[in-house]
Amino acid sequence: MNNPLSPISLQQDFPFLKSGVHFLDNASTSQRPQVVIDAITDYYTNYNANVHRGIYSWSEQASEAYEATREAVREFIGASSVEEIIFTSGTTHSLNLAARLLGQDLEKDDEIIVSTIEHHSNLVPWQLVAKDRQAKLVFLDTNEDEKIDPQTLRSLITKKTKILSITHTSNVTGYTLPVREVSDIAHEFNIIVVVDAAQGAPHQPINVQDLGADMLAFSGHKLCGPTGVGVLYGQRDLLNRLEPVYGGGSMIDKVTLERSTWAALPAKHEPGTPNIAGVIGLGTAIKYLQNIGLDAIHARVDELYNELWQGIQSAEGVTSFGPKDRAARTSIVSFTVAGVHAHDVASILDESQVAVRAGHHCAQPLLQKWGVPSTTRASLYFYNTSEDITALLNGIKKAQQLLT
Amino acid sequence: MDIYQEEILDHYRHPRNSGSVENPDIIQTERNSSCGDELIFSFKLADGKVAEVMFTGEGCAISQAAASMLTEDITGQAITKAKQLTPDDVIDLLGIELGPTRLKCALLPVQAITKALADK
Repeated sequence: MNNPLSPISLQQDFPFLKSGVHFLDNASTSQRPQVVIDAITDYYTNYNANVHRGIYSWSEQASEAYEATREAVREFIGASSVEEIIFTSGTTHSLNLAARLLGQDLEKDDEIIVSTIEHHSNLVPWQLVAKDRQAKLVFLDTNEDEKIDPQTLRSLITKKTKILSITHTSNVTGYTLPVREVSDIAHEFNIIVVVDAAQGAPHQPINVQDLGADMLAFSGHKLCGPTGVGVLYGQRDLLNRLEPVYGGGSMIDKVTLERSTWAALPAKHEPGTPNIAGVIGLGTAIKYLQNIGLDAIHARVDELYNELWQGIQSAEGVTSFGPKDRAARTSIVSFTVAGVHAHDVASILDESQVAVRAGHHCAQPLLQKWGVPSTTRASLYFYNTSEDITALLNGIKKAQQLLT
Repeated sequence: MDIYQEEILDHYRHPRNSGSVENPDIIQTERNSSCGDELIFSFKLADGKVAEVMFTGEGCAISQAAASMLTEDITGQAITKAKQLTPDDVIDLLGIELGPTRLKCALLPVQAITKALADK
């Protein structure tokens, strides 16, 4: 029997990896296995019809596949009902939707807490909604060890604090935050907790009850699903109470020229023709991951991360950023190479078929704090191998030889 | 084609016109939002010409070499000519082919120079 975590057999599931690429940009987007590509092609080829509309059999087949994914997502994140699963175009859309929905409850001078290490997509939507509602953003900063201390949150909470929105795992450092501890504190004060799980969901079992998330967002494309599809989980009472922020088809009950009433959840917050192929692909991706096992994926990535971490720490002239506590992090490392700009590191790595990200990783405030304009980021997924890490470390040496 | 040609590496390691001119007539800052790089150009103008131009700021080998080469190129040039710099000019100076992402690095100094001189 094949070991499901043998990197050789796993790599064979991913057509793009056959090109010989050392793909270390997984925090940006993962690869798609053949089964996901096939599921999308199957929909477009064999039962391409709109969902929730036609009486004819192909539309019913499409609706069944679409709704089966909703159930798969419900189970994947431990939601209590499919009514709590809203399909979106991705984490960015999900977090903007969360901000617009929860913004309805905000009054002038109310406060929203976000951390200082958020991706722009869990910062800018809150800036927009704060401006709109004349609310205030309050920042939960890291300690000297670059980790979040839940007790710091306690000191920031006032009677005006209404929302806490926080990332599960940093997209720059792979640091996993103490989400449960902060959500417990927030809930003592009836603060609504939103969790950005874009980087967390691909790497470990996520359970919204265990995390204490009232809302939670993630993308399909970072966990082997297609681009253009994501999820917003929302606690049922919350989604029931809040007015929809987008109107259109599917989300209505009765429409007159003057006013409308809303469909039941989840349709109420999911207007228009959705990304049907994307949702079906997401369902297949989730099944693919579950077949390997999220715990096994986490263990495999963590084992590879040891190699990556040690390689980066011991490389001369290379500085890594973020918490020094290896155990608090996984999958991602951001670093600078003395005398070599991140773009040059990435270009020279590209010549060795190593794909990494170079830039600010959509987290400019964090890089400003570190005092660097850009870093190079390497990020792993379960199909990576030790050879990928060796190619990275050799490429860094090559960059140093050429440019310093 | 390898983009790290000897001439580019030479300009990167030893940038020409690095620094700021004294009593500048124009200071122009240009940022590349994809990498956070920032170049600051300062100009001294005289008799309708770019009398002096220098630059500071962080950047990759491509943007630094492009800035260095361009400052050499436009020093002493008529403002009317220098402000019409195009992407092709910097590609010619660098003598390499660039993909769309790295092209942005090369264009950063072009944008700074053309913006600085636009109203002059």
